[in-house]
Amino acid sequence: MNNKKKMSFGAKFYMVLVYAFLYLPIAVLIVYSFNESKSRAVFSGFTFDWYAKLFHNEAIMSALFNSLIVAVIASVAATAIGTLAAVGINAMSRRMRSLVMNFTYLPVINPEIVIGVSLMLLFVFLRFQFGLTTLIIAHITFDVPYVILNVMPKLRQMDAHQVEAARDLGCNPVQAFFKVVIPEIMPGIMSGFLMALTYSFDDFIISHFVAGPTAQTLPLAIYSMTRKKVSPEINALSAVMFAVILSLLMVYNLVSARRDRNKGRAGR
Amino acid sequence: MKKNRLFKRVFSLLLCLALLLCAACPALAEEDGYEFDTTGVDYQKFRGQNVSINVYNWGLYIAEGEDESMNVCKEFEKLTGIKVNYTNFATNEEMYAKLKSGASKYDVIFPSDYMVGKLIEEGMLAELNFKNIPNYERYVDDNFKNLEYDPEGKYSVAYTWGTVGILYNTAMVEKEVNSWDILWDMDYAGQILMFNNSRDAFGIALKKLGYSMNTTDKDQLKEAADLLKEQKPLVQAYVMDEIFDKLGAGEAAIAPYYAGDYALIKADNPDIAFAFPEEGTNRFVDAACVPKDCNNQEAAELFINFLNDPAVAYENFETIGYSSPNTGALELMDEEEKADPVLYPGDKVLESAETFLNLDDETNEYMQQLWIEVLSDDQNVNRWIIPVFVAGAVAVSLFINVRRSIKNRRKRYEK
Amino acid sequence: MKSKLPSLPYLIWMAVFIVVPVGLVLYFAFTTQDGTFTIENISQVGQYTGVLLRSIWLAAVATVICLLIAYPLAFFLSRTRASVQRTFIMLVMLPMWMNFLLRTYAWMTLLENGGLINKFLGFLGLGPVQMINTSGAVVLGMVYNYLPFMILPLHSIMVKIENTTLEAAQDLGANWLQSFRRVVFPLSLPGVMTGVTMVFVPAISTFIISRMLGGGGNSLIGDIIELQFIGASYNPHMGSAISLVLMVIVLLCMSLFNQFDSSGKEGIYS
Repeated sequence: MNNKKKMSFGAKFYMVLVYAFLYLPIAVLIVYSFNESKSRAVFSGFTFDWYAKLFHNEAIMSALFNSLIVAVIASVAATAIGTLAAVGINAMSRRMRSLVMNFTYLPVINPEIVIGVSLMLLFVFLRFQFGLTTLIIAHITFDVPYVILNVMPKLRQMDAHQVEAARDLGCNPVQAFFKVVIPEIMPGIMSGFLMALTYSFDDFIISHFVAGPTAQTLPLAIYSMTRKKVSPEINALSAVMFAVILSLLMVYNLVSARRDRNKGRAGR
Repeated sequence: MKKNRLFKRVFSLLLCLALLLCAACPALAEEDGYEFDTTGVDYQKFRGQNVSINVYNWGLYIAEGEDESMNVCKEFEKLTGIKVNYTNFATNEEMYAKLKSGASKYDVIFPSDYMVGKLIEEGMLAELNFKNIPNYERYVDDNFKNLEYDPEGKYSVAYTWGTVGILYNTAMVEKEVNSWDILWDMDYAGQILMFNNSRDAFGIALKKLGYSMNTTDKDQLKEAADLLKEQKPLVQAYVMDEIFDKLGAGEAAIAPYYAGDYALIKADNPDIAFAFPEEGTNRFVDAACVPKDCNNQEAAELFINFLNDPAVAYENFETIGYSSPNTGALELMDEEEKADPVLYPGDKVLESAETFLNLDDETNEYMQQLWIEVLSDDQNVNRWIIPVFVAGAVAVSLFINVRRSIKNRRKRYEK
Repeated sequence: MKSKLPSLPYLIWMAVFIVVPVGLVLYFAFTTQDGTFTIENISQVGQYTGVLLRSIWLAAVATVICLLIAYPLAFFLSRTRASVQRTFIMLVMLPMWMNFLLRTYAWMTLLENGGLINKFLGFLGLGPVQMINTSGAVVLGMVYNYLPFMILPLHSIMVKIENTTLEAAQDLGANWLQSFRRVVFPLSLPGVMTGVTMVFVPAISTFIISRMLGGGGNSLIGDIIELQFIGASYNPHMGSAISLVLMVIVLLCMSLFNQFDSSGKEGIYS
C-alpha cells in the first residue's frame, strides 16, 4: 500500500480538468441561487431571498416530500426484497441461477424509457390510478436489481461453513440468517440500499410515465418548471441539497476513515 | 485526535449554514381578506369531507401567489376545504394523451377550442351542471357562450381567449414586422423560435400560404410541411413555454406565440414588441371542462365557479396576462388595460383571424406524421438499414459463439 | 441456508412487474386498437430509421468520449492512497445526487449564445460560438450526465490491479504502452464492459437532453416514443412497436459487445 507513487503533474492537471467539468454546472446553479434578478441573463446583485422563498413554496416543498417518501419506501422495500432474493438465488442450481440473473439484468440493461412505458401499459391495463402507489411500485422494480447485484458478490465471498457452524451451535435457520449471514453481507446491503436510494431520488424518466396528478416528485416538478420559467428557488434548493449531501458524505468519509485506521491498528 | 477536530469543524459549519438559512427566512405575513361572491352557491358543501380535485392546466396559467398575487388554488382550498392537486401540461395533445390513457383522473382541465370539440365528439367530457356554476350566467360574456366547438354550451366555460402574434426583440430586429414572412427571413437565421406543436406550427404555415388553418386538403398540408422544412435551418429551437426564458434573456429574436404571454415577457425584457401578421392569425379560446371520468364533478364545478368570480378572474388576468371573457374582471380593469391593443385587438385583426376546428382523425394523423417528419427531417435514409443491422448483429454473434465453441472443443481435445 | 424460498417474493415481483409489462409491450406492438393482430406497427417503425440511427450514433459517440475521459482518470485515481481515492470517488458520485434536469439546465446557461462560455470568449476577444441547439451539445449533455457511470466501474476494477503486477511487467522489459496493452487493458476489460453498458443504454434512450440542449429540432428515438405515449401523436401501439425495436437493438448491441469479452461466463455483472 505504501509504495504507491505520487501522481505526476500531468495526472493531477488532468484530474483537475475532469472535476472542473463535473462541477462547472453545479457551480453555475449555486452562483445563480444568489442572483437578485430572476433572469439568467444578468447577475444583478447578491441576495438570500430565494432561500427564504424556497421554504414557502408549497409546490416545491411537497414535491421534495413526495420524492423523499417514494425514494425511502422504495429503497427500503427493494433492499428487503433484493437481499432475500440474493440469498435464495445463491441457493439455486447453476442453470436456474443464470436464468433468474438474466431476468434480473433486464431492467438494468433495458432502456429506462422502455421500462417506463411498459409499466405505464401495465398500470393502465390493471386500471390502477397513477399516484404514489404506482410510483413506489415502479421504483421498487428498477431498484431491486441494483440491490441484488450488490449483495450477490458478498454472498459468494462468504464462507458457507459459517452458517453450518451456527446451525451446529444450535441456531435455527432464521437465527442463523440474522446472526451470521446478514452481518457478513451488510456492506453489500448498504451499498445496494444507497444505490437504490440515489437512483430513486433522481429518477425522472420512469416516474414521468407512471406519475399522476396527486403525486409529483421533485424531478417531475423541476421538469414542468424547465418548460416555462425556472424559478431561482430551484437553484436555491439544489444549493441546499448540495450542501447537505456534501456534508453527509464528508461525515461518512471521516467515519469510515477512522474505522479503517482502527482496523489497521487492531490488525497490528 | 486530529480527525475529531475536523469532524467538529464540519459540524459547526453545518450549524452555521442552518442558522443562516433560518435567519434568511423571515416569517412571511399571511395576507388575507379577499371577498368572494358566494350568492347561489354552497362552497362549504364538501368541508371536512376530505375531498380533493385534480386540476390540469397549462403552465403559467393561473395566479400562484407570486409577487403578491392571489394564490388561487390556496384561496379555493381555504374557502371550501377541498384540496387542489394542481399539475401542468404544455400542449393540448399532451393533455389529451394523459386523459385518454385513463390512468389519471382529472377533475378540471383547460383544453383549447378544437380540443374541446374533439373531447366532446369522443364523449370524454361531462355535461356541466350550471346550477353549481352561477357565475357563468352572471359574469361570462355572452360572446363566449355556445361557440362553434360547443354549440349548445353544455360542456365548457370559457376561461381565457387570445390570438397568436409575433413577438420580437426590437434591439435585434430592425425590419418592420407585420407578416409571417419574418419567420422565414434568412437575415434572422438561428434567432427564430417556432411552436413545438403541430397544430400551431401548421396553422402559421397554412396562413402564410393563404390557406385555411382548418384545411383537410392533403396537398395543402404537404405544402405547409415543405414550408416548415424549409424554415427548419433558420429555427433556433422548437419550444413552447421555453420562449419566456429564451426570448426574455435575448437568446432569440423572433417567436410566434400567444398574445397573452406578451406582457409577461415584456416585463422581463422591455425590448420585446408584438405584432399581428397581416395574413391573418389564429384566435383561440381556452375553456374549463370536466372530464366524464372524474373524481368529484360537483367539487370541480365549484372550482370552475370560483375561477369565474370577478376577483379571481381579475387576479388571473393580472398574473397570466391573457384576455379574460369575464365581464366582472373587465370591470375591475383600468382603462389602459381595457384598451390594450394586444389583448383586446380591434375588429380588423379579429375578423381576419380564424379559430381552430376539430379535424377528422385522418387529417390529424396525417398532420402529426408530417410534423414528426419536419422535426426529424431525414427522408434519405434507407429503411432497410435497421433490419440489416439486426441480422448482421445476429450473424456476428453466432459466428463468435461458433468459433469459441470450436476453440473450446479443440482445447479439450489437446488436453 | 440452502433454501430458495427467500427469493419467492422477488420472483413474483419480477413476474408481475417486469415480465408481464414487457409482454404487454409485445402485445401492443402487434395489435391494432381493436385488438386484432397486425405487423403494420412494426413495419411503420421503418419511417424512424433515420432517428434511430442518429440516436445510436450520438449514444456511441458519447460512450466513446466517456470512456476516453474516464479511463485515465480511473487509472490515476486507482494509484493513489485509499483515503484520497475515497474522497475523489465521493466527488464523482456527488453530482449524481443533484437533479439531472437541473444540471442539464445549467449547461443551457453555459452554452447559450449569450451564455457564460460565450461571454467569457467575448471577453477574450473571440467571436460567439454557436454551441447550443447542436448535436454537439446533445453529446456533451450525455457525456456529462453519464460520465460517473463510466468512472465508477472502471475505478472499482482498476483498484484490483496491483502495482506489483505493473512493476513486474516493467521489470520484464515492457514499456508503458506495452504494459498498458498487455496488462492494464486486459485486466480492466470487465470494468470497460460495465461502463459502456451503463453509459450507452441510457444515452440511446434519453429524451430530455435532446429537447433541452438540442433545440427540439433533432428528435432522438426517446423523444418519438414519449410523443407516442404521452405526447401529441398518442398511439401506444405504435409507441410499443418503436420501444420493442429499440429494446431489441439495445439487447443485441449489448450481447454482441459482451461476446468480445471471452472471460465472462455469466454476463458482465457477475
